Amino acid sequence: MLLVCAALAAGASTPAAAESISIRHAWARATVAAQPVGAAYLEITSERGAALVDLHSDAAEFVEMHTMSHEGGVMRMRRVERLPLPPGQAVRLAPGGTHLMLLDLKRPLRTGESLSLVLTLQDSAGRHSTQHVIVPVRASAPAEAHR
Amino acid sequence: MIARSFALTLAAALLVACGQPAPPQPVFASTDISGVPWGRDLQLADHQGRPRKLADFHGKAVMLFFGFTHCPDVCPTALSDMARVRAQLGAEGQRVQGLFVTVDPKRDTPQLLAQYVPAFDPSFLGLRGDEKATAAAAAEFKVFFAPQKPDARGNYTIDHSGAIFVFDPQGRLRLLMRPGMGVDAMAADIAKLLKGA
Repeated sequence: MLLVCAALAAGASTPAAAESISIRHAWARATVAAQPVGAAYLEITSERGAALVDLHSDAAEFVEMHTMSHEGGVMRMRRVERLPLPPGQAVRLAPGGTHLMLLDLKRPLRTGESLSLVLTLQDSAGRHSTQHVIVPVRASAPAEAHR
Repeated sequence: MIARSFALTLAAALLVACGQPAPPQPVFASTDISGVPWGRDLQLADHQGRPRKLADFHGKAVMLFFGFTHCPDVCPTALSDMARVRAQLGAEGQRVQGLFVTVDPKRDTPQLLAQYVPAFDPSFLGLRGDEKATAAAAAEFKVFFAPQKPDARGNYTIDHSGAIFVFDPQGRLRLLMRPGMGVDAMAADIAKLLKGA
């Protein structure tokens, strides 16, 4: 498991505010030429509880969080502004469920390459921190992340 | 002989006990929709502009998916699963045709489809119609799609059905493959259709 401590945003310097975040199974789905959008997935755990409130990537103009529901065989994707991370609970983003949507890709995502993702988190006191993740590009879900 | 008649008696007793014969084992992992009175044909242009109908693919098993290119998760997964099925079937895969009908003709131009669809498998075809023809094709297959309100940047998503429709080599609609059922199970079902099931 990759265990990392998020860097505190400028201004909030209390060590006690350091939010311990762990991220596992990050990957992005390879895209084909001309595919305007992509998807990335990861499993994120906040030890003290936080929310994922913003995302940026070097590979896309915009990154959004989308939930997905299946009702009567119909897929409905909805953008959410924040993704709650309950304390100690692994929140899993995976194919067919909540995912990160990469909009206006700057380049095709090729298997074997990687992209960088910057997550902005907000703790329960409202303090923001950022977390940098290197996301490998894969043709399909890594075996250990299968349901 | 005694043993055989005993076995028959036992079988008969079991049938009586159960009230009726056990239902036959399903032949397919997919949902069998053989005989439904819809999904008979579609009239759309392929990504090279040629008018297409299902009869063009007679002799092949056809996998048909309705989607759109601004769909990051379900649509590329379905297309890559379809491509993996075709690859897994080896030489028999030559008798499998993948079709992708866009439900977003506004953004999915023929030029975009011509790049996007064959990237999954060079034999796959993108199909497209105007708004009216798209609605007619979706209605014929009972496919639901509903574009959502665009955001501030003009991006929008589309609620849509996620199943793959499968036709046998005689051009009859036979199966519905659900997202996530797995490439192995999909390939096994297609192989059965190609063998005449």
